[in-house]
Amino acid sequence: MKLLYFAWVKQKTGTGEEDVMPPTGTGNVHELIAWLKTRGEGYEAAFADLGVIRCAVDQEHGDLDTPIAGASEVAFFPPVTGG
Amino acid sequence: MIRVQTGDFDIGAEVAALTGGRTDIGAVVTFSGLVRDASGSAPVTSMELEHYPGMTEKELARIETEAHERWPLQATLIVHRVGRLAPGDNIVLVVAASVHREAAFEAASFLMDYLKTRAPFWKREEGQGEAHWVEARESDDKAATRWKR
Repeated sequence: MKLLYFAWVKQKTGTGEEDVMPPTGTGNVHELIAWLKTRGEGYEAAFADLGVIRCAVDQEHGDLDTPIAGASEVAFFPPVTGG
Repeated sequence: MIRVQTGDFDIGAEVAALTGGRTDIGAVVTFSGLVRDASGSAPVTSMELEHYPGMTEKELARIETEAHERWPLQATLIVHRVGRLAPGDNIVLVVAASVHREAAFEAASFLMDYLKTRAPFWKREEGQGEAHWVEARESDDKAATRWKR
């Protein structure tokens, strides 16, 4: 599964893109985040406040409950500020 | 039509390209957003616009399709710049064309409100040697909710 990070989420995790194999049973975005937070201080800092984290599963907006089974790409980012 | 680009755009040329050779369009509304030289009281000397390549185009296309489902539109265009910009530079252009003005006004407003709350772009402002990510505004979320059905 490909993970993407943008804006300050990318700065905190220290990476913009990575390929990961979450443990079996990681069913939704919330569980994926819980696993990511065990991977180091940068991840813990990036996901410290889930109120300011937005996500997309296979390039469609999702939320913490969005299933990730079969997804090839999950992205994490702050609320968008374009326009 | 959707375009994400680093280069500038010319509003007149974009409108001319959209309406050229057509006689069915009676109303064209354009909105363009520019980089300001200040954020509140803090000076801004430059801005960096990051985006999510792939999803950005898909999301803008979804927003555009929804506008066409809601209003009788003859044509629409969204152009959004990415990369490094300076105060006074163009950031975004939205054009909505319809037979009568009401649909064009409303669709242009809708396109901007949805773009601001759904399209994956992030602004980073620089000024006085410091850089910070721009925070999302509650007023933008509020503006977008008026189109909820």
